[in-house]
Amino acid sequence: MSDKKAEPYIKFRCKDVRVHYGQNEALHGIDIEIPDNGVTAFIGPSGCGKSTFLRVFNRMNDTIEGARVSGSILMDGEDIYDKNLDPVLLRARVGMVFQKPNPFPKSIYDNVAYGPKIHGLTTSKAEMDHLVEKSLKRAGLWAEVKDRLKSPGTGLSGGQQQRLVIARAIAVSPEVILMDEPASALDPIATAKLEALIDELKERYCIVIVTHSMAQAARISDKTAFFHMGDLVEFGPTEMIFTNPGNSRTQDYITGRTG
Amino acid sequence: MSQIENPETKSKKKKNRKSGKKPHKMTSLHNSEAALLRLKKRRAKEGRFILWGRLAIGFAVASLMWLLFSLVGTGYTAFTQHFITLDVKLEASILDPTDIRDPEKLRAANYRRLIQTSMQAQIEGVTDRKEKRALFNLVSASGATNYVRQKVYKNPNLVGQTLTVTVPTSDEVDQLLKGYIDRETPEARRKVSNQQIEWIDELVDRGVIKPKFNTIFFTGTDSRDPELAGIASAVVGSLMLLSVAFILAFPIGVGAAIYLDEFAPKNKWTDLIEININNLAAVPSIVFGLLGLAVFLNFFGMPRSAPLVGGMVLALRAFPTITIATRAALRSVSPSITNGALSVGASHVQAVFHHKLPLAAPGILTGTIIGMAQVLGETAPLLMIGMVAFVTEIPTSVMEPASALPVQIFLWSDSAERAWSERTSAAIIILLLVLITMNGFAIWLRNKLEKRR
Repeated sequence: MSDKKAEPYIKFRCKDVRVHYGQNEALHGIDIEIPDNGVTAFIGPSGCGKSTFLRVFNRMNDTIEGARVSGSILMDGEDIYDKNLDPVLLRARVGMVFQKPNPFPKSIYDNVAYGPKIHGLTTSKAEMDHLVEKSLKRAGLWAEVKDRLKSPGTGLSGGQQQRLVIARAIAVSPEVILMDEPASALDPIATAKLEALIDELKERYCIVIVTHSMAQAARISDKTAFFHMGDLVEFGPTEMIFTNPGNSRTQDYITGRTG
Repeated sequence: MSQIENPETKSKKKKNRKSGKKPHKMTSLHNSEAALLRLKKRRAKEGRFILWGRLAIGFAVASLMWLLFSLVGTGYTAFTQHFITLDVKLEASILDPTDIRDPEKLRAANYRRLIQTSMQAQIEGVTDRKEKRALFNLVSASGATNYVRQKVYKNPNLVGQTLTVTVPTSDEVDQLLKGYIDRETPEARRKVSNQQIEWIDELVDRGVIKPKFNTIFFTGTDSRDPELAGIASAVVGSLMLLSVAFILAFPIGVGAAIYLDEFAPKNKWTDLIEININNLAAVPSIVFGLLGLAVFLNFFGMPRSAPLVGGMVLALRAFPTITIATRAALRSVSPSITNGALSVGASHVQAVFHHKLPLAAPGILTGTIIGMAQVLGETAPLLMIGMVAFVTEIPTSVMEPASALPVQIFLWSDSAERAWSERTSAAIIILLLVLITMNGFAIWLRNKLEKRR
């Protein structure tokens, strides 16, 4: 599982990805290759298009009125914008965690069980119980909630809610987990827990995370992409981006002169 | 002006700070004379607004109270009515001279004579024909005769016996005893003669005429005689109307709202539909009645006065209300919930039905109940489709002629006799009670569902 090869497998290959909101072009042709098993961070100032780009990978932009995506995005060599591909199946393979924790106003158990239930992944109650337990364990929440699985998910603390949402995503066995500023609504302690969890999860899943915090990107990611004004300015190993950026705009941003 | 004061205030501030005197006496940009004046003005504005608000609330409450007091004040007396207890000798010579006990013959017999005789037994010395008629007029003519007729028809063996019956007095006696007919009015302009008043007082003294709870008002149907009129057929008709309107308007209204909000493409056509649905809510209800008359009655040839047609027309009235409420409720659900569902691979329909709709349910149900309350109070469209019929039987199906509570109120309010006035108010009280109950139920339901979130 943790055998890291010298040449990592590429999960997503993107060529000339453009996203339009109505007349407005939000992303101006992004070319990027995102490796499997590892954390790729998208950083950049507000409005640079990093969140928009993240939502390209599970076609969440489809749900936005007037949004259009062009270019080619290949996941395992397969075009995810193919007409014959149902976004429902894509989203089962590419899970997502949002900025604001958004557990369903249902019990903790039902939150986790919802995905497997609609996809029909289990055949019995026992199997579902097992899957819920496994998912909550992987999300590092089991110990805290095992005695109150029937209580509402919205009653948990912010950090717990965010881990519940991760468990909900894990339950449908995705290959990729997208995270859109997952720690921005959390306090430092909850953030530290979440980062430790991300560190564990990257062994199993390809994680793409958008973050405002450069320190966070530096702490948890293996590769970092810097976006600015709808362009991918620079993409490379995290140490390189933060210590020796090749582009002056990156340099200005990470040293705090812009953004 | 504040800028001009600036240099001075600054220097004063410094002085004060050094001397360490009470800081609130300092004059600066925000606590100079002018600033205090401005603050006072702002506070006065606020005070005026609050006063205005309280006046408005006070006016509203006062109007409501006045309405309720006047309704209850005139209406409560209708819940009791005066009844007279008579011993009716069921003489065979009058009822069944041929002595064959044929029920049909028994039915057609002269019960009026029997009642007259028993009335004369109560008051002695009434011999004159005119006086006899005046005496008979104290009792509800059709009420008493029909009551005895039904008894005998059901049980012909009663013939020959004496039956003690308690029947309503005529509405004039009732109104006189309730104090609505003024005894001081000159006899010529009074519905009850001096002699009748004498008899009535005597009968009351002897306990023959007594007030009782007016069950007839709840079990009876519409009648020409106020003392026999009740709201039962109107209530049943209204319930039928409500059911039909709900069965039609709820699925259509909610379905249209979900489709328009979630699935319809956003273009000129859907905009047009949206505007039209909103306008539909503002269309005068009588227009719906005309539509029902033209389409349902004239074109499709459906039965007149039937709750089915009335319910269909009122469904048209209620569905825009339900649609608008549903759309507002759907929009109030946070998109993050939908996103959460979509992100684990729920289809759009699943996201809406599993997550959005349950969260919107309190709003949808509240809107629906408000729509239904509108339906319950609607009168004008029912007039157009013939639901103003004089209905003396409780309808048993939605195809039979029926009345509705508001229409019944409308009809009674139009009648001349004094006794109708209190019954109109009483019927309004019942209607309002039903409406309050419905709204209370809506509030209870909303609180209950919202707690579940």
